[in-house]
Amino acid sequence: MTSIKLRAVVALFGLALVCAAQAQQAAAPKKAATQTKKAANSSPSAIAAEFEKFRDIMEDASPAELFEAKGEELWKMKRGPKNASLEQCDLGQGRGVVKGAYVRMPRYFADADQVMDAERRIVYCMVTLQGFKEADLAKKPFSSGSHTPDPVSLVTYVAANSRGMKIAVPQKHPREREAFNVGKEIFNYRAGPWDFSCDTCHGESGLRIRTQDLPNLTSKKEAIAAFQSWPGYRMTGGLMHSLQWRLNDCFRQQRFPEPGYVSETISDLMTYLGVNANGHVYKGPGIKR
Amino acid sequence: MKIFQVSIFGAIVFASAFAVQAQDYRGKAVANMQRDFHTRGIAHKDRLDEDVLQNICNRSDNKPPKAMAETLQNDQLRDIEYPADGKFLGDWKSGEKIAQRGRGMTWSDKLAKTSRGEPNGGSCYNCHQIGPKETSFGTIGNSLFHFGKIRGYGPDTQKYVYGKIYNAKAFNLCSKMPRFGHSETLTEEEIKDLVALLLDPKSPVNQ
Amino acid sequence: MADPMRIRATAKDGGINVKILMAHEMETGQRKDSAGKPIPAHFITHVSAMWQGKEVLSANWGPAIAKNPFLEFNFKGGKKGEKIQVTWTDNKGEKRTDEASIN
Repeated sequence: MTSIKLRAVVALFGLALVCAAQAQQAAAPKKAATQTKKAANSSPSAIAAEFEKFRDIMEDASPAELFEAKGEELWKMKRGPKNASLEQCDLGQGRGVVKGAYVRMPRYFADADQVMDAERRIVYCMVTLQGFKEADLAKKPFSSGSHTPDPVSLVTYVAANSRGMKIAVPQKHPREREAFNVGKEIFNYRAGPWDFSCDTCHGESGLRIRTQDLPNLTSKKEAIAAFQSWPGYRMTGGLMHSLQWRLNDCFRQQRFPEPGYVSETISDLMTYLGVNANGHVYKGPGIKR
Repeated sequence: MKIFQVSIFGAIVFASAFAVQAQDYRGKAVANMQRDFHTRGIAHKDRLDEDVLQNICNRSDNKPPKAMAETLQNDQLRDIEYPADGKFLGDWKSGEKIAQRGRGMTWSDKLAKTSRGEPNGGSCYNCHQIGPKETSFGTIGNSLFHFGKIRGYGPDTQKYVYGKIYNAKAFNLCSKMPRFGHSETLTEEEIKDLVALLLDPKSPVNQ
Repeated sequence: MADPMRIRATAKDGGINVKILMAHEMETGQRKDSAGKPIPAHFITHVSAMWQGKEVLSANWGPAIAKNPFLEFNFKGGKKGEKIQVTWTDNKGEKRTDEASIN
């Protein structure tokens, strides 16, 4: 807390210096930038539409289901140093209840005294019930090449069991409301060499990076995009990825340092994104470009 | 001296107003991030620390009071290092390559300055329409097609474009555009090449 | 051990429609890794589907099929509740068999 205050003081001091100096520099032609206003903004994203068609055709054949099957196997199998299955894991709907759990997370768990997203909770159960070490699970937490980490398959299985259900990320517990508000601050926090925050790219509707449409994750209408997309099977490279991976890679592209795997920061951010998507129907793990 | 005092007072009122509004969520967010992030590759953990500008933009939801924005913009303007030779136009062909390239500054990139690192890109097409041939362009920024044709090729415009790429925040404090010179993403020569892409009459941008 | 398949078999228009998803790398042997070394070929060479002890599909495959392949086919005969077994074999001699009921 002290370090934050200190930084604020430094900021004010810097500001005062600036004001005192009142630098007089030749003003550049400021209006230059406003002319050709977003010419290509309204161009229909034909590629995205084509991909939607492809996804409809592939509905019955989504490779995501392979990871669902793998995840189910892992859920029921006795594994780890304690030779236990995950069937005693409480995802918020009671021990072993998988149905409908995913659309109601992140949520507050009294046993861990934390707000946890699905993957964080699964890792928690793998540690407490099966005796795995969190540090080991965090070593290579994302899919690459032919390697799909167990928590990724497990979260795909859990997510699939909320297919067709309404997203209802809870905001009853004070800690859940705090997670939402802290997540919102993280979403808007600009830093790093390029001054980016999540909001820089995902705070406005109708924008693209190259040809990739950017959902406005602050709007109720579009916030479903993040929730719906992950876990998803990415056609590029044929890899199954979870929302943990997506947010990790966002921070990479934001030019930030790396967030810890299944950390509170990520749960907070997911709470913010999830609550924004509340009320939408979750279609289950699918495929991505 | 009077101006000095008034601005300090103004700044304190401004900052404390935000402190009350945001309760301690912001403080908690910063503390959590400080705890949960770690250095990876070239992306050091100190990248989480805000500079003055980021701090003011973050606290004001990117809408700082006008007077404050102007003083801070002037500060950013003074930060711009213009080329010593007074020339702003480089080679538009290599400018196009820099505009296309999207790599650099992430934890999976190497430091551009070391011999093993690839040069950084400007990622310009990620957000801007620029040359007529590239149809895969983003729309976060304005279209820059026909930039010189519309705005003219004069030395003032050249200096402005150089400055804008070097430090976009000198012209619009909480602009989404990165400060490519200030952050040492691009070198003087690379920025000149980008200026040429937009302002060389021979560049395809102006055809 | 290879990962499980997803098999769906449904009675439709007097026949049975079978959809199979297989978890497999389907590495062609033509690609190189980041160090420039060739990645060894690893792909399914044969797929077979059995119904009531009878082979209803036999297919020879090669490296041109994509990662995590999907296969759909129809056959005549078969009733709800009966079982279908699918087996794939790859060029390393690995095998996987999974079963599904027709519904």
